[in-house]
Amino acid sequence: MSTNPPTPEPQAVIDAEMARVQAEAEKAHADGAPEELQPRRDYPPYRSSVLRHPKRPLVAAPEAFTELRGPVFGVTDVTELDSDLTRQHHGEPLGERIVVTGRVLDRDGRPVRGQLVEIWQANASGRYAHKGDQHPAPLDPNFTGAGRCLTDDEGRYTFTSIKPGAYPWRNHLNAWRPAHIHFSLFGTAFTQRLVTQMYFPNDPLFPYDPIFNSITDERARQRLISTYDHDLSSPEWSLGYRWDIVLDGPSATWMEEGR
Amino acid sequence: MRPPTPSQTVGPFFGYALPFPGGGDLVPPGHPRAITVHGAVLDGAGQPIPDALLEFWQADPAGGLAGAPGSMRRDPVTGSFAGRSGVGFTGFGRVATDADGHWTLRTLPPGPAAPGALPYISVCVFARGLLHHLYTRVYLEDGAGDPLLDSLDPDRRATLIARPEQDGAYRFDIHLQGSEETVFLDFG
Repeated sequence: MSTNPPTPEPQAVIDAEMARVQAEAEKAHADGAPEELQPRRDYPPYRSSVLRHPKRPLVAAPEAFTELRGPVFGVTDVTELDSDLTRQHHGEPLGERIVVTGRVLDRDGRPVRGQLVEIWQANASGRYAHKGDQHPAPLDPNFTGAGRCLTDDEGRYTFTSIKPGAYPWRNHLNAWRPAHIHFSLFGTAFTQRLVTQMYFPNDPLFPYDPIFNSITDERARQRLISTYDHDLSSPEWSLGYRWDIVLDGPSATWMEEGR
Repeated sequence: MRPPTPSQTVGPFFGYALPFPGGGDLVPPGHPRAITVHGAVLDGAGQPIPDALLEFWQADPAGGLAGAPGSMRRDPVTGSFAGRSGVGFTGFGRVATDADGHWTLRTLPPGPAAPGALPYISVCVFARGLLHHLYTRVYLEDGAGDPLLDSLDPDRRATLIARPEQDGAYRFDIHLQGSEETVFLDFG
């Protein structure tokens, strides 16, 4: 026997829930709770989080011999073209060509050198090259949307790509994700692992998006938004965005110095 | 201290970017000392999660944690993945769960990462719906003197111990929520 799928909830329901969580978080902070630097794993407006977060508190690891080290990657793991997402096919992808660059630092401000950065994103129309994405926007035969590079000695990464489009999803009725590029980063310690999303400045969809707003601290949310940098734009070629990344978690060096 | 860049969910569409062929095979098939560790990732309703991504990081059999590059070794001619060289041990694996929420890792048993320590494989869990990754550990056998295990109640402790099966295989299910919720770790 089949049942009808539930009627999608309107945006107003999600907005009200987000506003309530936001108000509670702001009150808690005003009453002395520390800044919430990370998203809440338990964030009901993002419906998929409801059954996918632990309800018990995390357990403090008394030692971390293994996790304070981490996997290493090298020149064998990337090819030169991996950092240019516009040159992975025979033709040129459609869309607004962009360069995204920045530095990867640890919490002490030291550059994270020679570590792997991976990105993936939708095409200019807001469609992922993934069977699971059935958004009726065109696929681009000249754009896959995955890239990699190693950070340089100053912790710098640089990608050339196409500005991704916003896209719809089924969290609620008329749900649209703000344009973003997914980032995956490694530090020197496994504890510094980070998967996140970089957004573009002044996106009108920010207030409606429960993934973005799962970070209840306004300043922390701003850390996910890149900056348009005119000096990084190239005449008659591409627009430049800058985004620095700070890896959370203790690093091996931090532990050695702390002993 | 600089404030960290916040995490965001890996989402549903990482499959063409992060997994790579042989991501779960830290040793070549048929390696005489290989063990298989496998299991499911489950949500709070006990349903398998088909869009989770697991990463594994571990010591080599002697306890060494230097790792080695080449987990994602590439063919410079075609740009395709060439597979690990089989020389040296990278200590790193990455596996997306299948449509049944299941994952499989073929590796060498980790050695103790410090003298007398109980060996374990560190696991980092990503999934659609999970806004910030989670860490746990696979202990291949229980034992005395591990400060983490010894700090846990027996039922919680059991969530970190793999269950031996036949032919060098171990079962390790990861419950993100529920009565069997896995112990997840905080490193401060």
